[in-house]
Parts: sequence; structure tokens; C-alpha cells
Amino acid sequence: MTKKTTRRPSRAAILSFIIILAIYVLVFVAEQVLPATSMLFTVLKKGATYALVAVSMNLLNGFTGIFSLGQAGFMLIGAYVYAMFTIPVADRASVYQYFNGGIIQFTLPWFLAMILAGLVAALFAWLIGLPVLRLKSDYLAIATLGFAEIIRAVFQWKELGPVTNGSNMLRLFPNFNSFNITDADGHVVVYLSTIVPFLIAGICIGLIVLLLHSGYGRAFRAIHDDEIAAEAMGINLAHHKRMAFCISSFFAGVGGAMLAMYQTTVQAKSFTTAMTYEILLIVVIGGVGSITGSVCGSFLFVACSEWWLRFLDNEQFIGSFQVPLLRNGFRLVVFSIIIMIVVLFFRRGLFGTTELPDLFRHGRKESALK
Amino acid sequence: MLWNTVFPYLLSGISVGGQYALIAIGYTMVYGILRLINFAHGDVFMVAGILMVYAVASGMPLWITVPLVLIVTSLIGFLIERAAYKPLRSAPRMSVMISAIGVSYTLQNLVLYITGGLNKTYPTIPWISDTVEIMGAKTKLVTVVTPFLTVILVVLLVLLINRTKVGMAMRAVSKDFETSQLMGIRINSVISVTFVIGSFLAAVGSVLYFTNYPTVIQTSGAMPGLKAFVAAVFGGIGSIPGAVIGAFIIGIMENIIKGLDVILFKAGIISKPLGLATFSDAFTFALLIIILLVKPTGLFGEKATDKV
Repeated sequence: MTKKTTRRPSRAAILSFIIILAIYVLVFVAEQVLPATSMLFTVLKKGATYALVAVSMNLLNGFTGIFSLGQAGFMLIGAYVYAMFTIPVADRASVYQYFNGGIIQFTLPWFLAMILAGLVAALFAWLIGLPVLRLKSDYLAIATLGFAEIIRAVFQWKELGPVTNGSNMLRLFPNFNSFNITDADGHVVVYLSTIVPFLIAGICIGLIVLLLHSGYGRAFRAIHDDEIAAEAMGINLAHHKRMAFCISSFFAGVGGAMLAMYQTTVQAKSFTTAMTYEILLIVVIGGVGSITGSVCGSFLFVACSEWWLRFLDNEQFIGSFQVPLLRNGFRLVVFSIIIMIVVLFFRRGLFGTTELPDLFRHGRKESALK
Repeated sequence: MLWNTVFPYLLSGISVGGQYALIAIGYTMVYGILRLINFAHGDVFMVAGILMVYAVASGMPLWITVPLVLIVTSLIGFLIERAAYKPLRSAPRMSVMISAIGVSYTLQNLVLYITGGLNKTYPTIPWISDTVEIMGAKTKLVTVVTPFLTVILVVLLVLLINRTKVGMAMRAVSKDFETSQLMGIRINSVISVTFVIGSFLAAVGSVLYFTNYPTVIQTSGAMPGLKAFVAAVFGGIGSIPGAVIGAFIIGIMENIIKGLDVILFKAGIISKPLGLATFSDAFTFALLIIILLVKPTGLFGEKATDKV
């Protein structure tokens, strides 16, 4: 995952690469073997999506030190752009039923739409960044949060209905299941619906890691550590902050498009500040300033909230004794208490600032980042 | 003629403004002292609403439930500060903010668990739920009561801050955290008092607010909370009169925008509704961004200097 400055890859880098490769192979094999309805795949798909968004947020909040809470807004843009351009022309009349089929009457291939989703999100970020990035710490947080809310309102405006479908749902666009290869009868021959999101997220996160190890990445970290010192060293603060903001939003946009694929429908009202908070909590659980942490954090977060803690939502009996408190919603209570414990007592999160290759370097922890 | 169209919106704007003001005070006081955006404050406001629902459902008479809700909410505010913010006193500011977001998440999930995620009907409180007619506009009495009650409470609060020893301590702590500690002010108790006052006012605000919007759900507190925070920033964070004036301006503007389609239509400016009501929430945030760019210290805020 990480590149060392020396030419020859180190033992740690090779080991990390093997582990990541093994995970991909495992996911691919599991998908062919296990039933497609298994909860595991829901978790993996959503986890991959959230991993990308969490890493993009970490790039901004953890590495550059810009505390932005606008993630949900950029995801919304990404999800909408993706959905708007990929709904098949034949289905547009039924999706845009209140707006005469909408005004977009062509479709783009999914990967082009996905890149476009990122680009539009980055464009919006550039525009928003012009005023917002002049602010500091919590003022910046609240201003970006405000922009996310404004974006949400604009996308629901009925005068924009022919483009965005107003406050109605966008649906029938290609989703993760569209990647499965089927034979003539519609039976699935090769399952690809989990490995594709893994590949998309993997490529994007890989790009972010490369960026962080370039000169720009070092500049970002310098800004994070001390803005004034960084500026004195000749780093153009405005330029670098704007870049970090746009790049982070690009990947949040792509993540939004992936979320659209995962959900199979898109509606502006679901992209609330609560979504941003969730992603922020993932970043905190994983460790602010660790890509590995954000990735592991999001899979853990999704697995706990969707799968492993599910049993808490149902009444359980031990013999004839009914376990008290267990009913719908208890899972989330337990979950939020765990999160509070992490926030209060394990402030470094799971990984702190360590990355995967650092785990194999004995006694030289955090060296890759310093 | 046009006045008759505008007046009801103006009236409910003033009322909502007063309710926002009561929440905004909690934000502005906490920010003034801890430099913390207490994201959980809006949820404390919502919890007060839920408490009221359950207190009335348990069959207690109203003269017990209302004070009980106010006291329990203040206690919750106190406990949140002790449990979630005090351990992080020396931590970076962002950690405390993340903790506040965590508390907000926890409160919402806790209420989701208790209520089962259903809309709870807010109990009807006699007298303030009565319908009155002012200048041809029908409204609940609470609309009229709110601004007066808000002003009374704010005057009391300002007196408390300017005339009492606790108030003096609060002013000292908000001026300089460390020096006031050295001067022998017990910071922890001052901070606790701040949270108790803030939560108490939020509880009063919730009684007034939910009488107008008759259902409570776990997410009811998020929007009013954010808007009250914007009001606090607009008025100049740390300034109580600023927060109140900001809240009234935001409440009024928001309601005018809700009715803008009707008003413009009646005035003959537009021929078909444009759906501008969608922007009533967005407007608040647009206002926030404008004020942050033009005058970051808000209407009444003190100028802060950056130290290296």
C-alpha cells in the first residue's frame, strides 16, 4: 500500500501487498461459493463504499487538518450525477413521470458516469472552497455542513425537476448486481457484484495513498502539523487547501455514486448531516490519520451496525428466561455506547496513525508517515 | 391587502424565533466558555420533548410534569458535560467536537430505542394551546406568549450574568480559561452551571416549540439545533443579546420564505408557484456563510486576535 523512498520494495510493503491481494482473492472466491443473499456481501459492498468515503474524509480531516463536515453533500452530488446519466433512456419516462421523462435523453457508460460524478463533486467543491476555505477550524466545519444542507435543498427544488426529478426517487440505473455475468436464461454464471466495488474502492484508495506519498501529500501533512510553519517553508496554503478539498470531494463523489449503486435508488432527503457524522465516527474509530484505519473502521462499523449486533434487536431466550432490554433499536444503543467509549478513552482509534506496512516493521512504528 | 398575507407568516416567524433564541443561548454560552460547538444541544432539546410525552402519558398532573421535565433536562445537560466533555478538557478542540457528535448520535439512538422510532404526539398543554385571533390571523396562544417569555428569561439571564458571583465567574472563564483557573475560580462548577442553564432554556424552548409542531421523533432536534447555532453565530458567538436577535431574524426570514410563493403570487410578481419553500432551511445556512465571510465575529461579537 505504501511506497518507500528506496527503489526496492521493502519486506513490509511486499507483505502488505500479499495480504491485500489475498483479501481480494478471498472475496472473489467467497462470492462464487456462498449464497448471494448472505449478509456478508451486503456488509462488504456497503463497507467498500464507506471505506472510500471515509478515506476521502480522512485525507481532508486527518491529513490536511481541514475539518470539513460537507461529505454528505458531495456524496449527494456524486450519487445524483451518476444516477441521472445512467438511467436507460427507455426507463426515463417512468422514473421522471412528473417531468415528462426529464431533459437528459442519453445514457453514459457506468464508469464514465462515475468519473463524471467525481468531477462534478470536485467542481462544486472548488466553488464552495472559494469562500469557505478562508475560515478556520469549527467555523469551517459549520460552513461546510451548511453547504451540504443547501445542496440538499437545491436538488429537491421542483423547478430543477426535469434534471434531478425534484424530491422524487431516482431508480432503475445500473447497480452492483448489473456486474454479474449471466447466461442467456438469466442465471448468474460469474458473480462480480462484490469484487467490482472492491476494485473501484481499491483503485481510488490506492490513488489517494500515492498522492499522500507525493510532494503534495507531504505539503498537506505540513499544513496539518503547523499552518504558519508550512507557509513559512514556502507552501502555498490557499492552493494546497483548495487541492485537498477538491480531491477529497472528487472521491466523495465517486463514493456517492457507489452508494447509489449499493442502494439501487437515490433520494436527496437521505443525504443528511447524520450521514456525515457516521463517516466522521468511522474515521475516528479507525484512527484519524490512518488510511488502513479508515478502511478497517468502515468494514467494522458496517458489519456491527448491519450484521453482528443484529441479534440485539430481537428478543432472545436463554432457556425460558427472556433476556431483558432486547428489542428493536437496542443494537444502535449498544453501538453508540461503544463509539462513545472509543471517542473518550481510545482517542487514537484502532490504528492511530499507523498503516498496514508499519505493522510488519518491528519497533519502527509510524516511521512510514514521519 | 398584502399585509394580511404576510402577517401570519411574520407572526409564526416571531414565535419560532423566540424558540430558537432559547436554544441559541445554550450554544452561545457553551461556545463562549469552552469554544465548543455543542452538537448535542439540539438533541437535548428533543429529549426534553420526549420526556414531556412520557411524563404526561404516565398520568401526572401538568403542574408536576412541566417543572419535572425542566429539572430532568437540566440534569441531563449536566450529566452529558460530566461524562463526555470533562474527560477531554485538555484534549484538542476537535476531539471534544467529535465527542459532541458522538453524544448527539447516542441520544438519537437512545430515543429511537425507547420510542421505537415512531412519531410521538406531543401532549396538549392547556391555555397556551388555545386558539386566539390577532388582527385577523388565527393562531395558538403560544405564538403570542413565546416572544414575551423569551425576553423575560433573557433579561433574567443577563441579570444573572452581570450581577451575581457565578455570572462574574462565567464572564471571567469565557475571557481567559487558564488565568481564571489560576485566580481560584472553580472552572468545573462554572461549566456545569452553564450547561444546566443552557439545557433548562432548551427545555423551555421545547415546550413552546412542540406545542406548535405537534409530533416529536428522534431527529426533531437536529434542524432547530443547527438553526439556533446559526443564530448564535449570526449574533456574534458568546453574546447573549446577539443570539436572541439573530434567532428572531432567522425565525422571521425562514417563515417569510416558507410563504414566499403565496406572498409573491398575491403581490402579482409571479404567476405560478416556484416551490421556494424548499429553501427555507437552506436560507439559514446561506445566511451563515455570508455572515462568516463578511463579518466573522457576527453582529455583536468581540474581535478575536489570532495568536501564534
